[in-house]
This record gives sequence, C-alpha cells and structure tokens, in this order.
Amino acid sequence: MKPTLELRHVSKTHTSPAGDVHALREVDLALYPGELVAVMGPSGSGKSTLLNMAGGLDAPTSGDVLVGGASIVGLPQREMAALRRTRVGFVFQDLNLVPALTAAENAALPLELDGLSTRDARKAGIAALASVGLEDLADRYPEEMSGGQQQRVAIARSLVGDRSLVLADEPTGALDSVTGEEVLMVLRDRCDAGAAVLLVTHDSRHASWADRIVNLRDGAVVDVVGDLPEGAETSEQVTS
Amino acid sequence: MFLGSRDLRHAKGRFALIGGVVALITLLVVMLTGLAAGLGRESVAAVSTMPDRGVSQIAFSQPAQGQKVGFDSSRVASSAVKDAADQPGVTEATSLAIAQSRVSVDGVRSAVTVFVVEDGSFAAPSGVRPGSVVVGSGLGKDANVAAGDSITFGDKSVRVQAVSDDASYQHVPVVWMTQADAKAAGVQTAGGTSLALLKTDGSFDAAAFEKQSDLVAMTPNDSLSTISAYQAENGSLTLMRVMLMLVSALVVGAFFTIWTIQRTKDLAVLKAIGARTSYLVRDALGQAAILLLIGGGLGTLIATVGGLLARDVVPFVVSPTTTLVPLVLLMVLGLLGALVSLRRIATVDPNSALGAAR
Ligand SMILES: Nc1ncnc2c1ncn2[C@@H]1O[C@H](COP(=O)(O)OP(=O)(O)O)[C@@H](O)[C@H]1O
Ligand SMILES: [Mg+2]
Repeated sequence: MKPTLELRHVSKTHTSPAGDVHALREVDLALYPGELVAVMGPSGSGKSTLLNMAGGLDAPTSGDVLVGGASIVGLPQREMAALRRTRVGFVFQDLNLVPALTAAENAALPLELDGLSTRDARKAGIAALASVGLEDLADRYPEEMSGGQQQRVAIARSLVGDRSLVLADEPTGALDSVTGEEVLMVLRDRCDAGAAVLLVTHDSRHASWADRIVNLRDGAVVDVVGDLPEGAETSEQVTS
Repeated sequence: MFLGSRDLRHAKGRFALIGGVVALITLLVVMLTGLAAGLGRESVAAVSTMPDRGVSQIAFSQPAQGQKVGFDSSRVASSAVKDAADQPGVTEATSLAIAQSRVSVDGVRSAVTVFVVEDGSFAAPSGVRPGSVVVGSGLGKDANVAAGDSITFGDKSVRVQAVSDDASYQHVPVVWMTQADAKAAGVQTAGGTSLALLKTDGSFDAAAFEKQSDLVAMTPNDSLSTISAYQAENGSLTLMRVMLMLVSALVVGAFFTIWTIQRTKDLAVLKAIGARTSYLVRDALGQAAILLLIGGGLGTLIATVGGLLARDVVPFVVSPTTTLVPLVLLMVLGLLGALVSLRRIATVDPNSALGAAR
C-alpha cells in the first residue's frame, strides 16, 4: 500500500523583520488510505504550516511533499490550484462555506470550479452530502444550518468527486464538544470508507479517534503514537 | 458565472439597491442626451445637416475689429461668392443670407428665421423653388402648418412644400426660400448675416483659400462653435453627462470594492479549494456586466418611454445615438470601475483561509 500523502524532511522557515521563524523542522510523515492521523501540539508549533505544505498552499523551504506518489513542490500556481480542486480537500476551522451557495452547491464547488457541468457537479455534491448524512439539507444556505452541519458540508466538499485526501485544520475548533464529537465521527466514518485524513487538533479526546497521533513541538515531530497500517510501504526516508 | 449569479440571488436587496442607482444614473444620462440632442437640433440643425446636401465648407467674411469670425459677423457680398467659386478645390459655391421675419398663418403671426438661397441652390432642402418653401416643424407645431398649406409674409403668400425637423436655427423655425420670394415678401437681408456655402474636392486648402479670397472657410460642424448660444448650452449639457458617467463608474467601482473586501474570507476559501484568480475575476466581471445591463437597461427604457411621451412638449430626440450609445458608454465605464476594484481579488492569499486556526 502506497501513501496518499508523504512529507520528506520538510522544513519551513518564515523570514520576517523580527527574525526567522522555524515553523517546521525536518518533518517526515506518511498518510495511508483509510488512515486518520491527528497532528497535535501547542499553538504556534507549526500545525497549520504543515497543512499548508501538504495542500500546496505554501512551498517548503526544503524537503519534498508527495501527493499520490508525485512531488508537488515547485508546481506552478495553476497546477497547485488544479490539485486542490481534484485531489486534496480542505476543512477549515470556521467560515468554511460560501454563504451565497446552498449546501449542495458548496459541496459541489470544487467540481464546478474544475469545469464540470453544474448539473453533474450538483449530482456529485448531493452524493457527497449523503455520505455525511445531510442529503435532506441540500438546498439550505449555510446561515440556515448549525455549525456542526456546516462542518459536515465542508467535509462533503473536501471529498466530493473521487477525492480521497482531507486536510482538516481544527475542524471542531468552533464547535461545542458534543457537536465536535459528531463531526469527528463523520471524519472517522469517511476514513473507514477509504479516505485519508490529516487532522489538526489540540483536543486529545478528538485525537483518540485517530489511528496515529503525531506530536509537534516548535516545528519538529517529538513523538508518534500508534502504528503504521498493515502493508504500508515505507521508504527509508519515511520514519513516521 | 456560477458564483456571480448565486451572489445576485442571495444578496438580492444589496444588488437591487446598486442596480437601482445605476438605473437612475442611466435614466438621467439618457434623458440629458436626448434633451441635448433635441436642443442641439433646435439650435443648429439647419446648419449641421448641410453636409447631407453636399456643403463641405462654409466661408465667412473676415470680422470687423473686435468681432469673432462666424455667423454673427459674416457679411459676404454676392461678388465674393462668385470669387469663392473660382478658387482651387472649390467645385461650387452658393450664397446664404439669414434674416429674421414674421410669418402669418391663418392670421396668427409667428417669428421665423429665413434662410434665403439662390434659386436651385444645392444647399437648400429639396422643395425650395420660386413660390414654394420648406419650413421647420417648430412652425408646424406652433401654427399648425402642414405641407400644402399657404403661409403669408406681409402680403406675399408662398406654398409650404415640406415641413422638416431639421429646419431650425437658434430655437426658431427656419423658412428656406429663394431670393426672389424673399424680396417679394419684404424679408430684410441687407445688413444681416450672409455667407458662402461651398462644395469642395480633395484639393481644397483652407489656408490658401483664405489668402486668395479673404474669406475664412470651415466645415459646417466646426462652424457650430461660432454660434455662442449653442456653445454655452451644449457645453453645460455635455459636462453634466460626462460627470454623471464618471459618477456611475465611481459608484460601481466603490460598490465592487466594498463587496470584494467583504468577501475576502470567502475568496481565500475559494482559492484554497482551487479557484483560479482568473476564474474569480471573470466571474465577478460577468456579475458586474449583468448588474449594469439590468440597471442600465431599465434606466434607458424608462428614459426612452418618458422622452417619447414628452417629445411634444420639450425638444427631445429618441434614436440609437441618444439611448444605446449612452447605455454602452455607461456599461463600459462601470466595468472599468469594477475592474479596478477586482484587482484586489488577485491579492487575496489562500493561506489566510487557515488563518482562523492560527
Ligand atoms: N506567514 C508567516 N510569517 C511569519 N511567521 C509565520 C507565518 N505563518 C506562521 N508563522 C509562524 O510560524 C509558527 C507556526 O505557526 P502555525 O503553523 O500557524 O502554528 P499552529 O497552527 O500550530 O498554531 C508560529 O510561530 C507562527 O507565528
Ligand atoms: Mg494553526
């Protein structure tokens, strides 16, 4: 089994007038299909930076990022955008959804942006909503849904079409614990259906849903809890 | 235009408001344009339509000390018209005298401007012959004159051969008539404006002409600027129209600037999930175009209907030039205004979608 996402010796240094910030130091990470990996760490430890690298929103200072076995470092902007429309889904902390679009339209958005006909995109969007149990709310606007429902729509959007990699940055951060738990269960359920999810959280109860927990401190991986899935192919560079 | 049309649907009130503003501005611009064209026609149509009949240059006499060249000061003797006809590049020349007179129709007297032309003059509208005249539609309205009627100058009667919208000068209806008729009607041309109307070919050179003939030649269009009353009214109306167009570009630009700033977070999310900047800009421009088309179209429609209804009371021209041209201009300016604001879309960083968690 090949990893869906692989980070090899990824470092990121933010240069600012106040001095250099080493947001990530030599991070190695592999994420396999069906896996939910939680990234934990205190605020400022580099969790969001890690997701930025994985989703091609920012380029590492050194190291390599592979999605589906192919390096995405140095890809032109256009291809990075195409990658996010077709391969990688994001779930953000809040304000995930476009307020002028219904749940179905939000879920279908990556396909719509990728040029699929509005009709076919909607069909796929509704299928994705069904996978998170929200097919009945297809024509609701975000403002007419609860926070938990909105996050489930965002999860549907991140997996719409035949995508299988979700990068979630504290998706429960703006929710109460019960609702957060429900959203986590939906993510877990999508993993069990074959998706690979990289989840940033600082809530250890949520992390308990994960197959592995990666702990970050000051941009470096200090500790990994849990084992690689059976049959995982490890390249010698991949240590976690 | 997937996102833009959904925005329009979702934020109906906001877009209706700005669409309404565009409609109002367009309404004003189209009305002013129609009015300016109507006033312009009443003011100078008798001169500005001369090129239709082959008049390519108008020759004025040199003004006396302290006067400006043009209609007010020109006195061109008939011998000078003959001279002008012999100048290089001039294929034909004919005289025109402009005089004020009064005409009575069924006992009602009205003021008219008489354009006195040679019999058979190429510059006169067709229908001007000894005993028959062409009159402006202004006279038709005031005195209820139609083709075939007789009108009377003193005790000389002439037949109205045609009534023309374009026979108007300085807001007074024009009567085109021959020199013989004018004389018989007692129209005073001596001491009034007189000038030479020229048909010229490609070899005509205004500077050489002036040196040779001591007459100042200019195109009928250029000659309008020597009519000071026309200059004043046309200038202020044009200024108003230009200002309104700029205001509309600014309003649309400001609206889309605020709209874009409000959507910064949305735009970051859209970019993070893979929307290209070019897609977002095209989408937003399409949205602006629809807004301008609906708002502007509505304003144009109302102004056109209003203009058609008011046409009998105020001078108003309804034509593609006075309706569609201002609409298209407004749309282009509005899109430019929107385009400037949309530059912001390019600067939104998809990274900031993750910012909330930072
Ligand atoms: N664009 C940036 N410029 C400068 N420093 C940054 C930038 N983004 C993040 N950082 C810094 O990098 C470190 C890691 O940030 P981040 O990845 O957001 O941490 P976390 O998500 O774990 O809270 C922090 O010290 C942060 O201040
Ligand atoms: Mg963060």
